[in-house]
Amino acid sequence: MTAVSMISASSARKLLLSALVGVTAVTAMPAQAQEEVNVYSYRQAYLIEPFLKEFTEETGVKVNVVFAKQGLAERLKREGRNTPADVLLTVDIGRLQELVDEELVKSVNDDVIEANLPEQYHGPDNQWFGITTRARVLYTSVERLEAGQVASYDDLADPSLKGRVCSRAGDHPYNVALIASRIAHNGEEATREWLEGFKDNLARKPQGGDRDQIKAIRDNVCDVAIGNSYYYGKMLDNDEQRPWAEKARIEFPDQNGVGTHMNISGMAMTKYAPHEENALKLMRFLTEKTAQHMYAEVNFEYPANPAAESSELLTSWGEFKQDDLSLTEVAKYRKRAAQMVNEVGFNQ
Amino acid sequence: MTQGKRLLVKRGASLEEEACTATSATELALERATHGTSGAEDAAIRRRQRRLGTHMGWFATAWGVAALVVMPVLAVIWLALFGDDGSDQAGDGIWPHLVSTVLPDYVMTSLALVAGVAVLSGSMGVVSAWLTTMYQFPLRRTFEWSLLLPFAIPANVIAYIYTDVFEYAGPFQGALRALFGWDSPQDYYFPEIRSLGGAILMLSLVLFPYVFMLARSAFLDQSPSLRDASRTLGCNGWQSFWRVALPSARPAIAVGLALAMMEALNDFGTVDYFAVRSLTAGIFNVWLNMGSLRGAAQIALCLMIFVVTLIWLERHARRRQRQFGKGDRYRRYRRPTLHGWRAGLATLACLLPLLFGFLLPVGLLTRHAIRYFEESWTPDFAGYALNSLMLSVSAAVLTLIIGVLLAYAKRLDRTASVQQALKLSSLGYAMPGAVLGLGVLVPLSGFDNALDSFLRANFGFSSGLLLTGTMGAIIIAYVVRFLAIAAGSIESSLDKVTPSMDMAARSLGENTFSTLRRVHLPLIRPGLLTAALVVFVDAMKELPATLLLRPFNFDTLATHVYQYASDEMLEQAALPALVIVVVGILPVIVISRTIVASRSES
Repeated sequence: MTAVSMISASSARKLLLSALVGVTAVTAMPAQAQEEVNVYSYRQAYLIEPFLKEFTEETGVKVNVVFAKQGLAERLKREGRNTPADVLLTVDIGRLQELVDEELVKSVNDDVIEANLPEQYHGPDNQWFGITTRARVLYTSVERLEAGQVASYDDLADPSLKGRVCSRAGDHPYNVALIASRIAHNGEEATREWLEGFKDNLARKPQGGDRDQIKAIRDNVCDVAIGNSYYYGKMLDNDEQRPWAEKARIEFPDQNGVGTHMNISGMAMTKYAPHEENALKLMRFLTEKTAQHMYAEVNFEYPANPAAESSELLTSWGEFKQDDLSLTEVAKYRKRAAQMVNEVGFNQ
Repeated sequence: MTQGKRLLVKRGASLEEEACTATSATELALERATHGTSGAEDAAIRRRQRRLGTHMGWFATAWGVAALVVMPVLAVIWLALFGDDGSDQAGDGIWPHLVSTVLPDYVMTSLALVAGVAVLSGSMGVVSAWLTTMYQFPLRRTFEWSLLLPFAIPANVIAYIYTDVFEYAGPFQGALRALFGWDSPQDYYFPEIRSLGGAILMLSLVLFPYVFMLARSAFLDQSPSLRDASRTLGCNGWQSFWRVALPSARPAIAVGLALAMMEALNDFGTVDYFAVRSLTAGIFNVWLNMGSLRGAAQIALCLMIFVVTLIWLERHARRRQRQFGKGDRYRRYRRPTLHGWRAGLATLACLLPLLFGFLLPVGLLTRHAIRYFEESWTPDFAGYALNSLMLSVSAAVLTLIIGVLLAYAKRLDRTASVQQALKLSSLGYAMPGAVLGLGVLVPLSGFDNALDSFLRANFGFSSGLLLTGTMGAIIIAYVVRFLAIAAGSIESSLDKVTPSMDMAARSLGENTFSTLRRVHLPLIRPGLLTAALVVFVDAMKELPATLLLRPFNFDTLATHVYQYASDEMLEQAALPALVIVVVGILPVIVISRTIVASRSES
């Protein structure tokens, strides 16, 4: 009796193990031998799909993607030298800096890429590159404010706007990067004062995404909102949302000061990239005119390659002065900025 | 007999052995008959050794499985101790900063959220379960299964939908404005949907089925004679519910509530969207903005300790209670029919949660889905649905097997150690999915890389990553995360099988395994189905661990929804969200009907 139950117990365990092994064996089968490149992307797969398809058509190299908003750097780190990933695509400078800090990426010294992208979009030692830029702009009510009436980030803290400002959460990476840039420009003291004033002006607790802030202007909840430039483009591009977006105008802040804060979406090659050659092909492709133009056309981001044609809509918003603060500087103050958000209780 | 042996024997001689005097006597008689001359003491020793062996088998199984399942949790503890803490300055860590700024607020918010969800989902679940079990009223039979449906809707999806409806710009307030002639938010007061209250409401609407399901099966299992007795002793219907039925269903309700509360505590999608600053939001703040994985893991551990304490308190409070049913439980009960306003009220009490938790959101999703069909339809849906199904079915089956092994081992071997193993293995549910995803990543990639290094060093070839980045990794994460749910349901049904069943089976010559197979499994079938169902549906909705651990070019329905929802494109997310609901409710309906049928009510 004892022997039987021992066997049954262990056979149950075996069953379990073989179930596990079976599952993994099936899924771990290597893909067919085809030219390919593997991408870990912090950007939604559907956003990059059009360019990737174009790339595959041009080069015959298949692109495989994993998209996640958090933890890809950690996954890369844990996978170590066996990682299948070749290229990382990110939004926000913070993620790129993290990759550099953790020594997960390597320098890519390539004439084509370096020529395509202006100096300011090369990370230190070419460990990352910015592919597109997005402006952190102000949206103001067409009905309740004159054009140019609110024209700087400083105005967000101006007492005249008390109870009239909307924003998403202060610790969202886009806001953190903006605050970090202000710490770099104006120092901690001044930035904290500004952030406190900004908080005091909020019409409601920070919530939702960037589009929700534009919606809030239409809804008469607030008169001024802060958001990324491309969301406005996306709303104008959507039949239902266009009338909402038209209630707000886009203002590029600090034109008389340091210029509008710009963040980037970027790319980097992993340290142990197994398909180095294809990875390089892909990275080059992403800086070329075709892909750059598609970024502008499809996602309303500004191409980093100055030779690339922008989209009609982006052109219609006009030229504006961009803050040329190095993004490495921004990255340096990110943590401090995130703490400051907590210290002033911005989200409460 | 040496001291050590004595100790071992004592350990092996569990509660059950003391109870099983009948079995022992039979065995002893057999023993004597076969061995004739052996002294009684020798036989007794041999018998004990054998029994110890039996227990050791289950003991080892329980610990083996628990060790596997608990590994990701240990990995998170490891991260909390040694992970990157992102301090670039001579860092004293992030705790002083957190404690002096946002932490108290995070904690209070989380407490309020959990308490709110417990009260709201608890009352919705218990009331509807009681009514559908005890009384006959219009639509009762429909409610019996349909009240499980809200469960198929992901919490973040219902949050998106209701925000659309109830925010200032939404149709509801729009109608109010048109009706009363208001034209700005300053003209009237309307509760903000994106708030703590809103989050409590949203989470309760999709989580109350946990409570409903478990409370209902507990009420069904109660012997009507228990309530009859209370009535003859002078309780009215209300008192009989309050003083007899409710306390005796408490273990099951507690399990349901614990699940709802843990899910609420670990929710990220809804609280993030509603800007409710709970501890989960804190985890991401610390991890992503301050680059401190260590701090994030530490907060996650605090969360876990909080949950575990809560569960322990509840269990401790009823540590001396045990209940057994006989199996005849329900057949003789005839539901009194409610009439007039009572019937109306009962129907309403069941209809409201169903309406707001399922019908309305699904209706709105359908509207969006039809309107944006062109943009959101892709032939890839079949593939996504297949991926979702494969993962969820595998997770449900594996979780069930492990859950049964653990619960049965616990039943056989009531030593403290096995109880600990069981408790440890349920910890995975007590932390946010993304953190658990990291917890799974650490041991799996560690194993892969260690094996690879070994092979490279000794045999000159590389095995690469065998487990990391496969569906297997996702399934492991699901099992670890959802074992607690299955274990709760399996354990509570197994606890209801009276030990005399074991004794009878064993005295008739069955061993422990065949007793499990031939006696217990058939008896607890409804409990097993419930467990499988819950794991399946939860796995369909699981997002953060799936995102992090998945292979290349791999999407489930949930990740596909997230792609759009995370880019503020709810319209495009509606169709896939609807597909999740549809794929999720099919088994809900099938299984809940099977459960109802297996009660074989006359």
